[in-house]
Amino acid sequence: MIFAIDWDIIFTQVFSQAFGTQAMVFALAAIGLNIHYGYTGLLNFGQVGFMAAGAYGVGMSVLWLDIGFWAGIGVGILFCLGLALLLGIPTLRLRADYLGITTIAASETIRLFVRWRGNRERTGGAEGLNDFADTFFDLNVFTRPGNVPYRFLVFEYRADDLWVMLVGWTVVGLCLLLTWQLMRSPWGRVLKAIREDEDAARALGKNAYSYKLQALAIGGVIGGLGGMLQAIDKQSVQPDTYNPVITFMIWTVLIIGGAARVWSPVIGAMIFWGLISGLEALMRELIDSSLDDFLARFLNLDVGNVSQVRFMVFGLVLMLLMRYRPQGIFGSREEMALDDR
Amino acid sequence: MAKLAVAVATISLVVLGFSSALSAQGEGQAVIGQLRVEDDTGERVPVEGVTVSIDGQGEAVTDADGQWSIPVDAAGTYIVTVEIETLPDGVSLRDADRASLEVLVEAGQDKRALFALISGTVEDAAAAVAESAEGQGISGRRVAQLSVEGLKQGLYLAMAAIGLSLIFGTTGLVNFAHAELVTWGQLSTFFFNYYGLAGFIGFLAPLPPPFGDGVNLIFAAVLGMISGGLMGYALDRGLFRSMRRSGVSLIAQMVITIGLSILLRYLFLYNFGGNPRFFRNYSAQTAMSIGPIEITPKDLIATGISIVVLLLVGGLLQLTRIGKAMRAVADNRDLAESSGIDVQRVISVVWIAGGALAALGGVFFGLDQIKWDFGFRILLLIFASVTLGGLGTAYGALVGAIVVGLVINLSTLFIDAELKNMVALLVLVLILLFRPQGILGQTERVG
Repeated sequence: MIFAIDWDIIFTQVFSQAFGTQAMVFALAAIGLNIHYGYTGLLNFGQVGFMAAGAYGVGMSVLWLDIGFWAGIGVGILFCLGLALLLGIPTLRLRADYLGITTIAASETIRLFVRWRGNRERTGGAEGLNDFADTFFDLNVFTRPGNVPYRFLVFEYRADDLWVMLVGWTVVGLCLLLTWQLMRSPWGRVLKAIREDEDAARALGKNAYSYKLQALAIGGVIGGLGGMLQAIDKQSVQPDTYNPVITFMIWTVLIIGGAARVWSPVIGAMIFWGLISGLEALMRELIDSSLDDFLARFLNLDVGNVSQVRFMVFGLVLMLLMRYRPQGIFGSREEMALDDR
Repeated sequence: MAKLAVAVATISLVVLGFSSALSAQGEGQAVIGQLRVEDDTGERVPVEGVTVSIDGQGEAVTDADGQWSIPVDAAGTYIVTVEIETLPDGVSLRDADRASLEVLVEAGQDKRALFALISGTVEDAAAAVAESAEGQGISGRRVAQLSVEGLKQGLYLAMAAIGLSLIFGTTGLVNFAHAELVTWGQLSTFFFNYYGLAGFIGFLAPLPPPFGDGVNLIFAAVLGMISGGLMGYALDRGLFRSMRRSGVSLIAQMVITIGLSILLRYLFLYNFGGNPRFFRNYSAQTAMSIGPIEITPKDLIATGISIVVLLLVGGLLQLTRIGKAMRAVADNRDLAESSGIDVQRVISVVWIAGGALAALGGVFFGLDQIKWDFGFRILLLIFASVTLGGLGTAYGALVGAIVVGLVINLSTLFIDAELKNMVALLVLVLILLFRPQGILGQTERVG
């Protein structure tokens, strides 16, 4: 090609990332958010808090409570349930934008709290926790050593990643099944009724508050599973990972696919990560090519700051999506929970 | 679509214009830190003259502010070590076996390494900690000092909070990007301070200041306010007006401001770099004592200016026609419109004034240090102020901001200073639960 770009590398990135661990984690978090927002109309801007709850549950169980990895999964789920109650009981009566602000405040509070040096013994403070998932990787069925990747067409993964992906995407599949069944059931119909017109649902005798709490809990636990898998994948939990920008990436993933559709979190996650990785790979190739001078001088783009472009692009994508296609690819305008205030 | 694209492109180009001025600075990555130690009055004083090193990369000596920075060639894991022998007498590491830290540096972003120091020896520190756990810190002197800090922070916060509150009042929009208006104020003032207009438009360089070269901070701050007002106007005119006209829902607009804030924030990071920076003038000042409290001259003057500015804003709101119109529209938009007020014009003025005030607040905060994500770090404090005082009222924002400033600073008498921002968040949550209309707001259905 003109600028001697290695398209093979770029496509490998696109497809590997689209099916890789990051996409899987975000798919899970978005499935949870779909239950919150897509089906129930809850403006949860704190989904990253649930991810943190799950992740720290596992990490703390192994490293501080010393009860082992499998108990840690249980603890993570318990943390998510606890967070849902703590968050939901006081706030589910709030108007949408106030709920949004409160959930961001809650997720930031969690981040600051686990980051606090007074918690260093329990949560690792600002440095976080590391190396708690050996039990998981000991069960790995893929046995190639770390530096020899498995390669198939445009896909390339290491053994550890493949194992996390196998387990992770299976969990995703199970959660999709769960979502599908739930939303087809009478319970799911009540949720949608609440989303459309809460007063009407209440007038029919449904305890809207209780249903919303349940939705928050289920969506939160699924989000927590995403957080756990991410922590297992990286073998590390760090407070600053769980920041609001991640929450809004999860939102973007959900909106791309289209809220209130069972599959859309998965599609959205794949598209989002595939495109972002592809864009970044393309830019790295361009920087390596003969264009590097031009890029450095006029756009100030070089190896140092190429990773920041993904966030700028993401912010822009979120803006354009919400403005021009808020129902995403597969959603329908009628089923959207956006208030007409 | 075209307007949105033009607006985004214009903003991006202007901010990208920074590149020419900055191309020699702020790139690469470094391990940085600040060494400070708590003296017997509870003040954190910087420790100068200590050597910190990274094997194979270099070393640094802490300056008068206790700051050190060791650039590294590439992203990766490094071991940073404090050379214990260079610590001054009476200062030691809190954990003697943590003289070395392992840090993971990402490309283009500086990584902070934290070394905990204590005065005296470890045993002394343990005793002191035990003492402070019994509430040693509540001396009249400390209360006075923290109150002044709180008042100062509250007044600066009020600058940003008023704009946010009025924008909500007049348009119903919760503007998450307000944080970036604060940062924009800091950054553009920084540029005027160092490079003049040439920071934006490179070929002006041969001209005299303020076009070609930097200007004094005070002049730069005025220019910064103007650019803040312009940015506010541009955002409203370019983005939100067409959305209001097209009937885009307020929730969607709110999420759009979130996307905008992310876009702007990383645009700032991209061009400004991850390092904190300082204004050219007045940066290193020693605190002077006024009675029981210590305050730097620049902070004293800034606090004074902020009081004057807030009084002017109050006067504007109470005594001028446009001010009354602003309050009317914020109170009840339809009623104001039907009584002949040009709502569109009022909204524009609110965005301009909000942007200019936020910029000024950014400058005041920037007297301490300037960072690409500064606004975002105080965003939740701004929200806490606004909701506490009452979303939609300017006076409420002022009251709320001062209360938040005082509460979070005075709270350090009882809890660890690291948690003080958490206190603000808890205040926010509690207000939304028990009195969502805030102190000065009117009761309305918020459920």
